[in-house]
Amino acid sequence: MINKKVDNISEALKGVSDNMTFMFGGFGLSGIPENAIADLVKRNIKGLTCISNNAGVDDFGLGLLLHQKQIKKMVSSYVGENDEFERQMLSGELDVELIPQGTLAERCRAAQAGFPAIYTPAGYGTEVAEGKETREFDGKMYVLEHAFKADFAFVKAWKGDAAGNLIFKGTARNFNPVMCGAAKITVAEVEELVPVGELDPNQIHIPGIFVQRIFQGEMYEKRIEQLTVRQKA
Amino acid sequence: MLDKNGIAKRIAKEVQDGYYVNLGIGIPTLVANYVRDDIEVEFQSENGVLGMGPFPFEGEEDADIINAGKQTITTLPGASFFDSAMSFAMIRGQHVDLTILGAMEVSENGDIANWKIPGKMVKGMGGAMDLVASAENIIVAMMHTNRAGESKLLKNCSLPLTGVGCVKKIVTNMAVIEVTSKGFKLLERAPGVSVDDIKNATEGALIIEGDIPEMKL
Repeated sequence: MINKKVDNISEALKGVSDNMTFMFGGFGLSGIPENAIADLVKRNIKGLTCISNNAGVDDFGLGLLLHQKQIKKMVSSYVGENDEFERQMLSGELDVELIPQGTLAERCRAAQAGFPAIYTPAGYGTEVAEGKETREFDGKMYVLEHAFKADFAFVKAWKGDAAGNLIFKGTARNFNPVMCGAAKITVAEVEELVPVGELDPNQIHIPGIFVQRIFQGEMYEKRIEQLTVRQKA
Repeated sequence: MLDKNGIAKRIAKEVQDGYYVNLGIGIPTLVANYVRDDIEVEFQSENGVLGMGPFPFEGEEDADIINAGKQTITTLPGASFFDSAMSFAMIRGQHVDLTILGAMEVSENGDIANWKIPGKMVKGMGGAMDLVASAENIIVAMMHTNRAGESKLLKNCSLPLTGVGCVKKIVTNMAVIEVTSKGFKLLERAPGVSVDDIKNATEGALIIEGDIPEMKL
């Protein structure tokens, strides 16, 4: 067993510095690496390029980094629900690259899987495809999209072990698996770090080979963005 | 004239037994409420769930189980969770049978705009560009006119596009319209709406052939 376990958050984030490119798992606030984000806020490093489907809300998730103006550029598919984000974008303080959600996932996966680029039909004929190479396959047009290059990927899983194996829960899985191994260093935080051997190898979503550092998160707020319930009849 | 629930009710009639369906945010989400209960349908949400069920009862919500609108949901027996790449493999790979989404504008050749108003609103396209670029069967659910009373069914879209030549059918508060190579073909009228009303509210070419029946809801 190759040990990926680190003792604390500061060891987990060792090497992060200004002007780096980071990937963050999560969809909305579900499955975000809460502990890594909190530590990056504390470190107050700046000039970051962040690849993440969303940009958090005003006072949680990546919204915390935005609030301290640590982010130079966001690469996302959907950035609603965040007033500070909108303000920084409209004032030109924040550079924003909006790309289709499936393209975002596949540019991560390409980096993980060793593809330099992929062709996708998404965005063809729209401003997303402007300046990009396009090509016809079987009568349909596709856009060439390049694999991301990132320094760190911060992901959050439900359970993991010291070998770096990960299991995700529900829709908190989302972008987390495709970001594992898609950056130079993947830092996984888990709700529950279990002893090696406890996870059933048949059930593992991401094998430890894609993870360089793993730690148990201190606490998870797991904030719900849109609590929606039905009434009992 | 229909309200949002009426639009959803009419679209629900397009959902067939055995369909995997992706519902967008807004009116499309309401469609699930009106699908006949004697057919088997599975709803996909692009954040990574197939087999979505109703909203949870209060106190039973789970932060780890949400839909693409970030609302708490439940799952039905037979449901599955998956990552974002696999979710879009379902969409891009045309394994989803029907996509229902909202729009700000649709043009007579089937272009759709629904993600950006330059200088005013930029929320992003989310999964909409992937959905419209790949789905064979796309229904747009929207009001026929915008808040200023202007037609949303145009000769050409004025807003940045989400996809080109992809919309097949539009259900509005006034009409059911098919997008053909010659323009918008009027199929049905909403209750209490005349063909002239629809003509006046449609900027793009409107094809009217024979008697236009009233929608059956």
